[in-house]
Amino acid sequence: MSKNTSLSRRTALKGLAAGLVAGPGFVRYAQAQASAPIRIGFQAHRTGIGAAYGRWYERTTSAAVKAINAAGGIGGRPIEIVVEDDGTDPARGAEVVAKFASQHKVDLVYGTLFSHVVAGSAPTAGELKIPYYVVSEGYHIASGKMNRWCLQPGITDVRAQVTSVAPWIAGNLGKKVTMIFPDYAFGYDHRDYLPAALEKAGANVVAKIAIPPTESSFTRYFPQIPADTEVLYHVMVGPAVLTFVKELGEFYGSGGPQLFGFIDSLEAVDINSPGLEFLNGSHFWEGSPRYAQANDSEAQKAYRAAVGIDDNGASVNDAKDISTAAHMFGCWETLYVIKQAMEAAGYRGPEDRQKLVEATEAITTVAEGPEHPQGDKVFDGRIHQVFGHQNISKLEGGRLNVVHRTSIEDGRYEPEADYTTQSF
Amino acid sequence: MTDAGKAWMLHVALIAALFALHFVLPAYHHGVLARVMVLAVFAMGYNLLFGYAGLLSLGHAMFFGAGLYGAGLAAYHLGWSVSAAFSAGILAGISLSLAVGVLALRTTGVAFMIVTMMFAQAFYLATLHFNAWTRGDEGLVLQTASRTLGSLSLADPATRYLAALALFSLVLLLTLAVVRSRLGRVLVAIRENEPRTIMLGYDTFAAKLAATVLSGAICAAAGAAYALLFGYVGSTLVSVQYSILPLLWVLMGGAATTIGPLIGTLLMYYLVDLSGGPLDRLLPGWHLTYLGVVGVALVLLILFFPKGILGTVRGRWLRWLP
Amino acid sequence: MGFGPHLVLALLEGLVTAATLSLTALGLSLVFGVMRVVNVAHGEFFMLGAVIAWAVAAGFPGEPALGFAAALVAAPLAVGALAYASDRLVLKRLGYDPEATIVATIGMLYILQQAALTFYGADARPVPAPFSVRIQLPWFGYSGYKLFVIAASIVLLAATWLVLSRTRIGLIMRATQYDAETAQAFGIPVEKVYAGVFALGAMLAALAAVLVVPISQAHYLMGRDPLLLSFIVVIIGGLGSLRGTLVAALLIGLSDGVVSMFFSPTLAKIIATLAVALVLVFRPQGLFGKPAR
Repeated sequence: MSKNTSLSRRTALKGLAAGLVAGPGFVRYAQAQASAPIRIGFQAHRTGIGAAYGRWYERTTSAAVKAINAAGGIGGRPIEIVVEDDGTDPARGAEVVAKFASQHKVDLVYGTLFSHVVAGSAPTAGELKIPYYVVSEGYHIASGKMNRWCLQPGITDVRAQVTSVAPWIAGNLGKKVTMIFPDYAFGYDHRDYLPAALEKAGANVVAKIAIPPTESSFTRYFPQIPADTEVLYHVMVGPAVLTFVKELGEFYGSGGPQLFGFIDSLEAVDINSPGLEFLNGSHFWEGSPRYAQANDSEAQKAYRAAVGIDDNGASVNDAKDISTAAHMFGCWETLYVIKQAMEAAGYRGPEDRQKLVEATEAITTVAEGPEHPQGDKVFDGRIHQVFGHQNISKLEGGRLNVVHRTSIEDGRYEPEADYTTQSF
Repeated sequence: MTDAGKAWMLHVALIAALFALHFVLPAYHHGVLARVMVLAVFAMGYNLLFGYAGLLSLGHAMFFGAGLYGAGLAAYHLGWSVSAAFSAGILAGISLSLAVGVLALRTTGVAFMIVTMMFAQAFYLATLHFNAWTRGDEGLVLQTASRTLGSLSLADPATRYLAALALFSLVLLLTLAVVRSRLGRVLVAIRENEPRTIMLGYDTFAAKLAATVLSGAICAAAGAAYALLFGYVGSTLVSVQYSILPLLWVLMGGAATTIGPLIGTLLMYYLVDLSGGPLDRLLPGWHLTYLGVVGVALVLLILFFPKGILGTVRGRWLRWLP
Repeated sequence: MGFGPHLVLALLEGLVTAATLSLTALGLSLVFGVMRVVNVAHGEFFMLGAVIAWAVAAGFPGEPALGFAAALVAAPLAVGALAYASDRLVLKRLGYDPEATIVATIGMLYILQQAALTFYGADARPVPAPFSVRIQLPWFGYSGYKLFVIAASIVLLAATWLVLSRTRIGLIMRATQYDAETAQAFGIPVEKVYAGVFALGAMLAALAAVLVVPISQAHYLMGRDPLLLSFIVVIIGGLGSLRGTLVAALLIGLSDGVVSMFFSPTLAKIIATLAVALVLVFRPQGLFGKPAR
């Protein structure tokens, strides 16, 4: 506990007091439990629309668990991961959480990406009182609409991402922005929070085009892009994204507005795929850069090596197997947050689940380093959400180069909720 | 004992057995059974139309959805109590099934399948389009505090199980009463030979419409219960998959049997649940999912047990099974 | 963009949709017309065509035209063989009972998706177009390949029509469609015809997929939309009516594009879906079908 400087003073004192009161008995108990592994239920998107993400979330998770266990595990206990496939389906997600809690009897549930699975699973996690750590980036947990057992301590939410890149878009690409986004939850976070952020920076949204998720061809919607558009802001996800870009290229040719996109569209997709030429020179948000950068920290290099991705962000075993680098770092960092919080809470078993949530809430800052290779972060215990730096990369010469890194403050917004006032 | 007596005895015994299971099942399977009973209500509603009236709909997700959203939106946005929201869900289901029935029942056979499928698709897209209220595919989380019936929290496993059992029992006995009623016999007559039924002087359209609305109301009750018991309302639950699932459950358990839907739902649930674990260990890297399990189950069933489990039992041994 | 150019674009897009849709729907319509089987797995034959096209094209790196040509031959053959086998193994044993075959093909739909997931994976993968030409119109650019898709579909449709109306195979098929019992009595091997028709229907879907896949990508869940659209086309056109199928494909393709000019995209989809449902409600035999006897 002493090595953890980021806990609030009160929690640290409480922990210290607890240690003193417990005395020798506590030590004996800890020794008895020393060998029993900490079981983490990993709600994985092995199949369904999130499968490509799921594959890399699993690889990152295995790498992080290997690293943590090699360094002595959590409080001396190794981590054991139990995987269940949720099919990227919210109903199945809830069933899987119940299975983790009452059949596998894990200590906590972790690892969900797709926001509808998070929303579907959250009530079950709250009812069974099992901590639920997601790596989803959606603005669901931070919105206060979930419950006290849901946390997102490893990846910045979309609202903050959008808020932090807006000033750069207004300052560097143009003032008149047209948004194209999928007509489902991932798109709503962009639709709801980009306009205000842009206006604050002196730009405005001239059109919002919401594409139904059943669509597989997009050309017919392009005429709805106003002619005076200076920036086309696109956040398409799913298998049709390549079509989207290709058709955009055919429509505009060499001209057209500036493009700004979220790499979510092209995670696990080779940026040099046929048809993506039109993206050359355009800009992307990246949580963590896919391509190795010249100024990468030692921690970032070590993380990439541990997960097994090369300088192009592809698997070291298969250059065609592109990673989801912009998001999967969140798995690595979330597991280290869990480790930090468990050790701070003196976690022994399921009876300490509430303490674990409280210890996570008490975290305020996270330092950059091998445990957090993406960068330093601020955690807001009230909304169970972490805030970090965002990268803006330019696609040039067949790779993505980071041209701007936002500050953490760029993405902060006024919290709309406070989970710490909720009862458990 | 008369056949009717045997049938009523069997149903009461089933309900008693489910009540007894409440006290002995381990936590996980207790939770699963609560969920299965709610989904079985959905299947029973489907069975009424498909099994007894012989109308194969591919759009029942919309009736489930009417209940889900009718109850969910009322509870979420208007803060209605559980009983008011539940009634809102059923009312939504009745209105929708009445409207869909009046239109879709003008068609038969394949056209009926497609029309119901199209209406359901429009319903699904509407849940996305009106995302200002529904939040589309991400959906809404109903807070535990809003899901209380008097002093009982529906989020509590025991309350939830008993609430699901109460709904299940009610619908089971209702189904039994309906299929033994005049309406039930007319429906079977329509399934076997509609022109002859018309010639005998029955208003088959009215009978089919009644069956559609009853089926829609039961499916909506399942949807409303799902929202209120499990606290989540999202558009995935009204996608085309949820129109095919009740067909599968009913076929597996036995179409036109009252208890078949429960057996089909239960078996299918555990088949899918197991496909992740043991099957995955047996064939690592195959990514076996519900797709493969459901697919193989359907093909084998239709080839070797076209009447489903209870249908086969009835055909060979227990001819009095309703 | 002005109304005129917008309309031109909507019509062009509609034609591309209509072209591939009519091939896919024709397959579904043939199977229904001759065999009275509603093949719910039809979309998965489409998906398999795309996936096989990807696999074949991957064997010709740097030679997209050669890969495309090879896929155009290999994908329909492979998919046709599979369909032939599934007819023999499953549908024949069910005696082609309409409802039983629906359930069986729903099962096949899931099995084929599972197979694609297991052996191909969950990723969307692009297939290079045989050539890439961009045609610049005064207001916007358009893909030359898409125009090729329209032309190729017309050729393939014409070829299919010739086979059906001018050859002995077509004659046998029509005889079976008209009255299977009498055809049997005249020595037509009805079961073989059924298996052949089922394979032919799947091959048409696979052909359409090979044409479409350079525009979109191969993905294991891509079969759902073509299935839904083909269903709509077949029903609107009138079950078993080939002429109706073609007209309906054109109608659906074009209206999908034009409706999207006036409404927000999702609302446009809802309106188009409801419109199709209502056409069916008030004209259940479709636009060109004859009322049931």
